[in-house]
Amino acid sequence: MASPTLDRRDVLAVLFPNPGEYLFVSGLAGSARDAAELTNDGANLFTMAGTMGAAVPMGLGIALAAPEARVAVITGDGEMLMNVGSLATVATLAPKNLSIVCIDNGCHGETGGQPGHTAMNTDLALMAKGAGLASVMTANTADDLAAGAKFLIEAAAPRLLVVRVTDGPPTAYVRDLDPAACRLRFRQAYLGRG
Amino acid sequence: MSKPDKNAWSSQLFNDLIEGGVTLFTHVPDSGNAKLIELANSHNQAQTVLLTSEEEGVAVCAGADLVGKRGILCMQSSGVGNCPNFLSLVKGGRFPILMMVSMRGDYGEQNPWQYPMGQAVEPILQAMGVLTFRVEAADDLKPATDAALAAVFSGGHGAALILSQKFLGPKPFPKAAPAPAEGAE
Repeated sequence: MASPTLDRRDVLAVLFPNPGEYLFVSGLAGSARDAAELTNDGANLFTMAGTMGAAVPMGLGIALAAPEARVAVITGDGEMLMNVGSLATVATLAPKNLSIVCIDNGCHGETGGQPGHTAMNTDLALMAKGAGLASVMTANTADDLAAGAKFLIEAAAPRLLVVRVTDGPPTAYVRDLDPAACRLRFRQAYLGRG
Repeated sequence: MSKPDKNAWSSQLFNDLIEGGVTLFTHVPDSGNAKLIELANSHNQAQTVLLTSEEEGVAVCAGADLVGKRGILCMQSSGVGNCPNFLSLVKGGRFPILMMVSMRGDYGEQNPWQYPMGQAVEPILQAMGVLTFRVEAADDLKPATDAALAAVFSGGHGAALILSQKFLGPKPFPKAAPAPAEGAE
C-alpha cells in the first residue's frame, strides 16, 4: 500500500462542507479536535476525551433514536479497533442515516505516535466489509477525498469512509472537556430542553 | 421456594419499562433476558439492539439519551466486567444509564468460572456510580424496577436491576457428567 499523503487537518472540511446538517459524535484525541474545529465545538457535536471505543456505538444510538437526523461518527483507527465488534452491530441494525469517518493515521497520536495495527497488516475497510456494512470506501489522495464527500451522501448506508492520513498533528482546537456540560448542550440544541 | 414464572415476570417487567418510557432494548443474549427481548421484538414501539459486547450498550443508550430517547442495557453478570470504562459516562457525563443484570455466580451456582465475576458485579457497578437494586423474590421485582427507573430518569443516576439467581433459579447442571456436558456453561 502506498504511503499516505493527506494531512488530517484538511480532511473534515472537504467531507462536510455544511456541518450544520449533521449530528456528530467523535471519539477521543485527534478525531475530537478535528471534529471540534469543523463545528467550532458546536452543539451538534458530542466529543469524548475518554471511553475509547464508544464513538461508533454512541453514533448508532443517536441514529436509531433520531431516524430523521443525519448522523456522522468521527473516529480514528485505534479507537475503532478497540471496539471493532460495534461494526457488526451497526451492520445488523443497518440505520439509513449513519456515516462513519475513520481518520486512519496508523498510530496512537495522542500518546506519542506509537505505531498501530493499520500501519502493519490490518485493513479496517476490509474488516468493515466483513462486518457487513452497506458501503465502505478508502481514501488515499485528495481526489479520493472529493469522491469521499460524494460517497457520504450517495452511497447506501450505513457507510464507512476510511481516510488514510500522514502521522502529522490534528488541529490545535481546544474544546469543552466537561461531558455533563456537553451532554446538556447537545440535548438543549436538539430537544430544546436539557 | 418455587421458581417464579419467567413469562409472567418478564411481561410485568416489560410493561413497567414501556410505561417508564424505555423504547430501546440493547442486549447481549442471556436466558435471564430472553423473554424480555422477545417481548420487545414483538412490540411496535420498542426496538432491540443485539450487541457484540456489553460496553457498546452503554454508549448506544447514551447516544439515544442525547436525542431524548430512553434505553436499557440487558446482560448476564459476566458482561458487567466489560462495561466499567464506558460507565465513565455516568459519573462524568450524568448520562442516565439503566441496566438489567441477570446473575450467575451467586446463589446455587455450580460453574466455578462464574463466581469471580458474579461476586464482583456490585462492587464494580458501585465504583462506577451505578446504583444497584436487587431482586431476590418475585415481590421485589416491581418496586425495584420502579426504584431503578426513578433513579435513572428522574434522579439522573446510573442504576442496575440485579436479578439474583435466587430469583431466577440456578442454572441446572447434570449431577455427574461422565463426559463434558454439551453447552452447559
